[in-house]
Amino acid sequence: MSLNVLLRHRFPGFAIDVTFETPSPGVTVLFGPSGAGKSTVIATAAGLLRPEVCRIAVDGTVLSDTGTGIWLAPERRRVGLVFQDARLFPHMSVATNLRFGLRRAPAGPVRFDEIVELLGIAALLDRRPHTLSGGERQRVAIGRALLAQPHLLLMDEPLASLDAARKHEIMPYLTRLKTTLNLPVLYVTHALDEVAQLADSLVLIESGRLIACGALPDISARADLPLAQRDDTGALLICRVAQHDIGRELTLLEGAGAAFRVPLLDVPEGSTCRIRIPAREVILAGKAPDAISLHNIVPGCVRRIIPDTARRAVLVEVGLPAGALLSRVTPDAIARLELSQGRPVLALIKSTSIEVLGG
Amino acid sequence: MASRLNKLLLSPEEWQAVWLTLVVAARAVGCGLPLAVLTAWVLARYRFPGRPVLNTLVHLPLVLPPVVTGWLLLIVFGIRGPVGSLLYDWFGVRLVFTTAGASLACAVMTFPVMVRAVRLSLETADPGLEQAARTLGAGRFDRLFNVTLPLASPGILVGAIVAYATCLGEFGAVITFAANIPGETQTLPLAIFTALQVPGGEAKAAELSMVSLVLALIGLLASEWANKWLNAVLGR
Repeated sequence: MSLNVLLRHRFPGFAIDVTFETPSPGVTVLFGPSGAGKSTVIATAAGLLRPEVCRIAVDGTVLSDTGTGIWLAPERRRVGLVFQDARLFPHMSVATNLRFGLRRAPAGPVRFDEIVELLGIAALLDRRPHTLSGGERQRVAIGRALLAQPHLLLMDEPLASLDAARKHEIMPYLTRLKTTLNLPVLYVTHALDEVAQLADSLVLIESGRLIACGALPDISARADLPLAQRDDTGALLICRVAQHDIGRELTLLEGAGAAFRVPLLDVPEGSTCRIRIPAREVILAGKAPDAISLHNIVPGCVRRIIPDTARRAVLVEVGLPAGALLSRVTPDAIARLELSQGRPVLALIKSTSIEVLGG
Repeated sequence: MASRLNKLLLSPEEWQAVWLTLVVAARAVGCGLPLAVLTAWVLARYRFPGRPVLNTLVHLPLVLPPVVTGWLLLIVFGIRGPVGSLLYDWFGVRLVFTTAGASLACAVMTFPVMVRAVRLSLETADPGLEQAARTLGAGRFDRLFNVTLPLASPGILVGAIVAYATCLGEFGAVITFAANIPGETQTLPLAIFTALQVPGGEAKAAELSMVSLVLALIGLLASEWANKWLNAVLGR
């Protein structure tokens, strides 16, 4: 099953031409700077914008196709949309807001009590929207969209108007939703931490054009994308918790065909977790050093070497058996190690430098 | 003492004029408001070829001398008029020189006031909320009745109250179209006018004017209060 998006439209002074296909169910994050056309994609998928050329299909159901003249009105699409500004109806209580879509949708798998529990909004049901905090409002908006029994959930920068504390408060609910709901989600953001936490697939767009599209670990580890030029760039890996070593207070993670040791985690063995390895924390070596505090010496081979001129540095993409890592080093290091494409190399990573992000 | 109190109170004929005025205004607003809401919604939300014509037609009573509006009503709704003759032939309804006719004249005169008030609040209502309702499966009229109109309710209520208060004072169009028949079409302003035409009628005119003043004040206070209350409900 998949989510298919094809969209071509010319606005005065701005043209958008984007085509991508991502797996469903799963969270597809549309990532790019402001004005890249992310919200245009969302509006098209919701049916609020009718572009010159478009084809939107969810799990084989065509919502709109200019080729065959199919156009479902927004109210008949069963596509949930969470806006940046929540847009709760001010003249209704939280409970009535939540039931707005539920009442108008055919019976579906999403249950009222379940959503209220999942989003932690039971105490808010009798309140009026204007008495809620930003984070509470956004949680109610997400619940309202989900209760309309959507086939596709669209989220247009749902956390962008919240401060860091509120964002922190709402993030666990989103990761819980992600694992509970069997639903394709198209999520727009320009915040990298949301990408790292939520994305399964990543679609990069810039000034109306598609830059790259693929699974999050693949895209995040590509040295040749604009994403890699960010200060906080780093590869994201999906790992399995292989073994806890209580005595040494270490946990062994397996992912991308390699093994990583991190400080002991409080999750059961066999579960999956996401880790992010910042490029600036990855040291490259020709041969393994001895007598060193470091735990992770990961063998790989150089896949790409891309200059990072703004920082007088070089980005090295280190291929692993089933994935890749990014390392930011100096041009001098490349010269001294005589690195070039295809050469074997060791990636040295401190266990404390690996960011564990949870499920 | 009893006679003094009696002087302060109104005579039965005067009470009749007051009551008639309230009824005529209520019927004018009751019938005019739904049509005004519909017209305001069409004007605020849709672009179509006849829109400027409709807009002009709606606002015409605002700028036309009331007597001219009354005369135009006579032409259209008179027994031999295009609409009036149909009403009379089909339903036996006669509007000229009747209470219903007075209501019609009031409704036409206050129609622009109602349309403007409703339209203003429709235009300031957040279109994003309608979009949200749309993605939640609400069709056009579902959205209108469950989202748009409740959000515009402060404007609609204020429009209705102001229109009602204006109806209480409507003179030119009523006297032209419905004439000045006591107990039928003689509303407060017409009764005041009539009293002033009679020698020694100043006292009666003063009494009725006081009633008018009180009614107008109540109308203004009510609109203030209703606006505040509804906005509080809407969390503004």
